[in-house]
Amino acid sequence: MSTREILFLEAIREALREEMRRDESVFLMGEDLRIWGSPMGQLQGLWEEFGDRRVLDTPISETGFVGAGAGAAVLGSRPVVELMFIDFFGIAGDQIYNQAPKLRYMFGGRMKVPLVIRTVIGAGNSAAAHHSASVYSIIAHMPGWKCVIPSTPYDAKGLLKTAVRDDDPVMYCEHKMLVNTKGEVPEEEYTIPFGEASIKREGADVTVVALGWMVHKTLKAAEELSKEGIEIEVVDPRTIVPLDRETIINSVKKTGRLVIVDEDHERCGIGSEISAIVSEEAFRSLSAPIKRVTTPTVPIPFSPVLENAVIPNEERIVKAVREVASFA
Amino acid sequence: MEITKETLLEMYRKMQLIRYFEARTKELFAAGKVPGFVHLYSGEEGIAVGVCSALRQNDYIGSTHRGHGHCIAKGGDVKYMMAELYGKETGYCKGKGGSMHIADFDLGILGACGIVGGSIPLSTGAALHFKYNGTDQVAVTFFGDGATNQGSFHESINLAAIWDLPVIFVCENNKYAESTSISSVMKVEKISERASGYGVPGITVDGNDVIAVYETTLEVVERARKGKGPTLVECVTCRHQGHYEGDSGTYRTKEMVEECKKRCPIKRLCTFLQEEGFSSKKEIEDIDKSVEKEVEAAIEFAEKSPWPKPEDALTDVFVSPYY
Repeated sequence: MSTREILFLEAIREALREEMRRDESVFLMGEDLRIWGSPMGQLQGLWEEFGDRRVLDTPISETGFVGAGAGAAVLGSRPVVELMFIDFFGIAGDQIYNQAPKLRYMFGGRMKVPLVIRTVIGAGNSAAAHHSASVYSIIAHMPGWKCVIPSTPYDAKGLLKTAVRDDDPVMYCEHKMLVNTKGEVPEEEYTIPFGEASIKREGADVTVVALGWMVHKTLKAAEELSKEGIEIEVVDPRTIVPLDRETIINSVKKTGRLVIVDEDHERCGIGSEISAIVSEEAFRSLSAPIKRVTTPTVPIPFSPVLENAVIPNEERIVKAVREVASFA
Repeated sequence: MEITKETLLEMYRKMQLIRYFEARTKELFAAGKVPGFVHLYSGEEGIAVGVCSALRQNDYIGSTHRGHGHCIAKGGDVKYMMAELYGKETGYCKGKGGSMHIADFDLGILGACGIVGGSIPLSTGAALHFKYNGTDQVAVTFFGDGATNQGSFHESINLAAIWDLPVIFVCENNKYAESTSISSVMKVEKISERASGYGVPGITVDGNDVIAVYETTLEVVERARKGKGPTLVECVTCRHQGHYEGDSGTYRTKEMVEECKKRCPIKRLCTFLQEEGFSSKKEIEDIDKSVEKEVEAAIEFAEKSPWPKPEDALTDVFVSPYY
């Protein structure tokens, strides 16, 4: 399989272009898609290729267009709707909580909702409390959503193609600090199934589960820890619904120690969920208490000094792993 | 267009079917047979029947918490509806939805909705699907007066306007948002005036005049089918019962409710049918009897139907097997 290096945002664009060429029922809808190609340029060139009919610029009406996406989806369209930042989910709160993910269940499984919402998550550039959240745990908490958090261009492309083809509502989260990063992506077409974690680094001493931008911070921390003789295994779940429990548990059974690095707020976050699952299902394999490295449950602050103080960094990851590794 | 006897009698039958279904539902709820919340449509039948009689089977409707009437008017089977109200496995939603969540996609029923204004964006999306695929189908979204104070209404009618979507916004103005008089929560005299804010035609019609509702709907549906965009149709009506079963109803005097019942859309059509010579008293009585029989059979079906299996509570979240 031949590969080349492309940007994360190009991987997203390629996935959508391929799916739109393959399937006429796929269309894009959201704010600023045509001229800007969405605010970070992920969709540039798609309007030029697919035209007004398949790339819809909406008013700033999240309730209206998220709901319209769900309504079109139940009749057989496959809309890919852009929610500019995950912080905005509350603006479309009823459609995101009560409608799109509950329709199939409420109506006894007699219909399906093949809706994808693409959204941007994460801190890192002082975008402050309304444009920096990673509240994918809220989405995972709601019945009916699948949730994707890719960390590399390869994962981003393969998982987005799967999301478009999936028959259930999918929240697809693009981390703003990863959109302009590069990675190897095959020339040939491929998809990545949901619910399959990716082991980004093998190691025998401590399992570290990390998502999105945190995967990269964890991999950097791994180099430093390796110098100290601690080899960590980095498990990237890639999708939190469905969650690949098996890969996480098998890794913990091997290492006996677990650290979870999660950019979402600590309280009731996906890190808490993973910790609970491992406690319930692999208790006897654990040689140390599970540790979480998360963002405290505060709004994301503006000043770089304050932002850096709350977002997990290499230093905090290294410290947590040392503590877990040395627990006797 | 001349309205046929056949159409008129079918409209009468459906209105009576709704009325009798709701009367029996009220009793069954009081008897503890129907769990949960129940919002009855009695008194507003002229709207659902007038509108749905002007639609094709492959047109879609989105409904509300007060949705039994819409479902019956669009052709819903009272057997599966009653079984759903009972929470039985044979119900439209296998007992997972209940009174406020009944759908039948084969009949163009997108589903009732427990959130005021919640289904308006969904119906607008159905219309987007029709436009995207170049069909001449239309979507109708039913909602109450209270829903026109929700953002979902304003956002959806604006979307429909800018994209000329084939969707009819049907406001059932029964003058009360739950217990709150609509005059205390909006400054406009007519809800149809709100359409002008979006460059959309707004029409007010007597919702208790089923023929007027039918004729108005025919016109605005034709407009939508031709790609000329949405219309807001305000149908003025009143409900015979409370907001929900159990509502003390103290916000309306007995006289107001009696006055409302005098304006009954069914009595009005019945009188018209006989005075204009469309049907004999005997024909009317035969319809009344057939409707009662149909609802009683539906109740028997619901009574005899099995309960869902407890483990089924974990299915149907996703198309995929896990939840």
